[in-house]
Amino acid sequence: MTAAAPEPGVTARPAGGGDARPVKVAVRDLTVRFAADRGDLRVLEHVDLEVREGELITILGPSGCGKSTLLNVIGGFVRPTSGAVTIDGEPVTGPDPRRIFVFQERGVFPWLTVEGNIGFGLRGLPAADRAARIRHYVKMVGLAGFEKAYPHELSGGMKQRVEVARALAVGPDVLYLDEPFGALDSITRLTMRAELLRLWQAERKTILFVTHDIEESVQLADRIVVMSQRPARIRRIVEVDIPHPRDLSAPRYLELRDAIFAEIGLAHQI
Amino acid sequence: MARRLSPATRLGLPLAAAAAALAAWAVAVEATGTAVFPSPLEVAAGIGELARRGVLGAYVADSLRRVAIGYLLALAVGVPAGLLFGFSPLAARIAEPVIQLLRPISPLAWIPVAIVLFGITDAAAVFLIFLASVFPIAVATMTGVHGVPEMMLRAGRNFGLSPLGLALRVVVPAALPQVLAGLRIALGIAWLVVVAAEMIAVSSGLGYLVIDARNAGQRYDLVVAAMLMIGVIGLALDLLARRVERLRPVRWGFARES
Amino acid sequence: MSPSPTAGLGRRLLHRLAPFAGLALLVAAWDVALRLAPGSLLPRPAEVVAALGRLAATDELLGHVVASVFRVTWGFLLAAVTAVPAGVALGLVRPANAALGPLFELLRPISPLAWIPLAILWLGVGDLAAVAIIFLGSFLPLVLATENAVRTMSEVHLAAGRNFGLDGVALARRVVLPSILPSLVVGLRLSLGIAWLVVVAAEMIAVTSGLGFLIIDARNAGNRYDVVVGGMVMIGLIGVALDAGMRRLERSLVAGRGAEAGEPA
Repeated sequence: MTAAAPEPGVTARPAGGGDARPVKVAVRDLTVRFAADRGDLRVLEHVDLEVREGELITILGPSGCGKSTLLNVIGGFVRPTSGAVTIDGEPVTGPDPRRIFVFQERGVFPWLTVEGNIGFGLRGLPAADRAARIRHYVKMVGLAGFEKAYPHELSGGMKQRVEVARALAVGPDVLYLDEPFGALDSITRLTMRAELLRLWQAERKTILFVTHDIEESVQLADRIVVMSQRPARIRRIVEVDIPHPRDLSAPRYLELRDAIFAEIGLAHQI
Repeated sequence: MARRLSPATRLGLPLAAAAAALAAWAVAVEATGTAVFPSPLEVAAGIGELARRGVLGAYVADSLRRVAIGYLLALAVGVPAGLLFGFSPLAARIAEPVIQLLRPISPLAWIPVAIVLFGITDAAAVFLIFLASVFPIAVATMTGVHGVPEMMLRAGRNFGLSPLGLALRVVVPAALPQVLAGLRIALGIAWLVVVAAEMIAVSSGLGYLVIDARNAGQRYDLVVAAMLMIGVIGLALDLLARRVERLRPVRWGFARES
Repeated sequence: MSPSPTAGLGRRLLHRLAPFAGLALLVAAWDVALRLAPGSLLPRPAEVVAALGRLAATDELLGHVVASVFRVTWGFLLAAVTAVPAGVALGLVRPANAALGPLFELLRPISPLAWIPLAILWLGVGDLAAVAIIFLGSFLPLVLATENAVRTMSEVHLAAGRNFGLDGVALARRVVLPSILPSLVVGLRLSLGIAWLVVVAAEMIAVTSGLGFLIIDARNAGNRYDVVVGGMVMIGLIGVALDAGMRRLERSLVAGRGAEAGEPA
């Protein structure tokens, strides 16, 4: 993350400069090690990251590099070995309904209907408000007509939408998405990405999105946090300065995508 | 494995197989000229005789009653115990050797102890049925709780659920299908054990009939009649339990994923 | 996914001791319960241990254990070599499954004990009848478990086998059996457990040796409840040993295959 001579096509924005929005999520010197059979497993080392309010950032890296662990620590499901995570200045001590984690569609509760799932976190509300919110989010994710359906009657993409709606319904300020579209076919994935952007632009949540898909990152993110192999640290943070909607064949898009390919050390010809 | 059979075939084949089995049975009895082993007709006559003597309904009712009480008691003890072991790894570790040690001991082996504890009464028989069912019920409940995917627990905690809320709103509904399947198997075991249980000098019931009919007069027609009825009622109980598995709140656990 | 923090010494100790705590609690509760009922025929733990010691000293115990294990081995092996091929056949041949399935479901609830009168009728009192009962008790569950394993086996494996021109017995031997091996071993373990339960019961009726016989005889011949309970303890211990042995087998078979054990396609 350097402020020195920017390479052609890639601007690395120095932390704290030029963006007026407050810092929402701050990760400081985060290290995570697990005790394993043969000595310690070093997963994350000295990770520093700041995410501003309303940003959509992706955490990009190959499978097994520790990016999911990073997200789980930020979400409060895993304790770090050292370092700290703060959200709005408060340290993170555990999972919190203000920051909802969206797993792959396996996180949907199979014993509840679509309605039941979306309303899961809304127990405290008066019945009329609850029903109204559920209706709103059912429509928002395009599942109108399926309110009484059970998850096992739905396709993968629809289950994913239920989970997103369930997350949004409680009005969190941060959303964590851990490869949410990984189990879907590539056509559905494109549709879901567009949906996510639509929802994000409507509600302007802060979103942290873990993926191993370079294209997905460039299509969605304001900034891409490129992680190295285990023990993972941040290789580089790439800023994507293309406004939405992004043209997937525009030169700027391709430039950024190729730059990331190069960063990771991949050829872009097969 | 891909060809689907028509409903007519699915009904016809077992009927044909049953008819063939009955025929083979009848022929075997004829051919071997046995004086003692009953033919299908003799068995049917035996059932008729029991009905005429008025004991058929009574025996069925007695066996069902003993199984029902023993099984319900086993539920009352086994489900809470299983929940405890499911939620507390420490409790599970403490209980495990005890369960492992007691489980292989056939209910029949418990008969002397049961008689000392309860005398030669119905209660002793119910105790045996309870013993046979309580272990599978506890283990099935515990396994169900352990089988709840980590992801769902995290989602529950994410929405701010307390440990009790998590248990009631996530663990129990998620575990229910598997637990119900285990309860159905335990019911089968309870019914199976009724024969052993009724060998404690009780004087009624289908299990009693199996043993007594032979001892009291070589009435093998009644022995086989009792066996058949045990089979039919056992099958009916199993089908009933499977119905429960199809209820809406748990049907999802038995559905094939799309 | 939480990292296991370096567990406190106290925690690890508790974890290690927990299984013994359970058994100790059982024995203690038993002892206390009997102290509160002094006239009871039931023996105290110490008396049971003494009785077992006496039996072991005269090799009598060993004789009974060997007899029971011998019978269960025979009955179980017979069941295994007949039930597994039958189950595979039922699983692969749809009409066979449709025809015989309901019959098996009808026979399944009938306790092996219920077959004793017929077994004695056909085979007389003795070892043969006992082994036959054990065979009967293990055969059906094993057939059904094998058939279930075949029906839920990986479609992909099956298709690949057929693709390479295999069918019938060759398909069963080279593709189906290896593919279902993990679930099959679980079925075998459970069947062995059933067989062990049944052998005890069978011995109470049909023979004059073995742990089941020991229990019944000890009671009939003089209310020797210390021997009765001692017999029960031995039955429990051997049952645990058999189960543990099978689990070892399971683990070694599954270890080489990685995480796909038991997973449907």
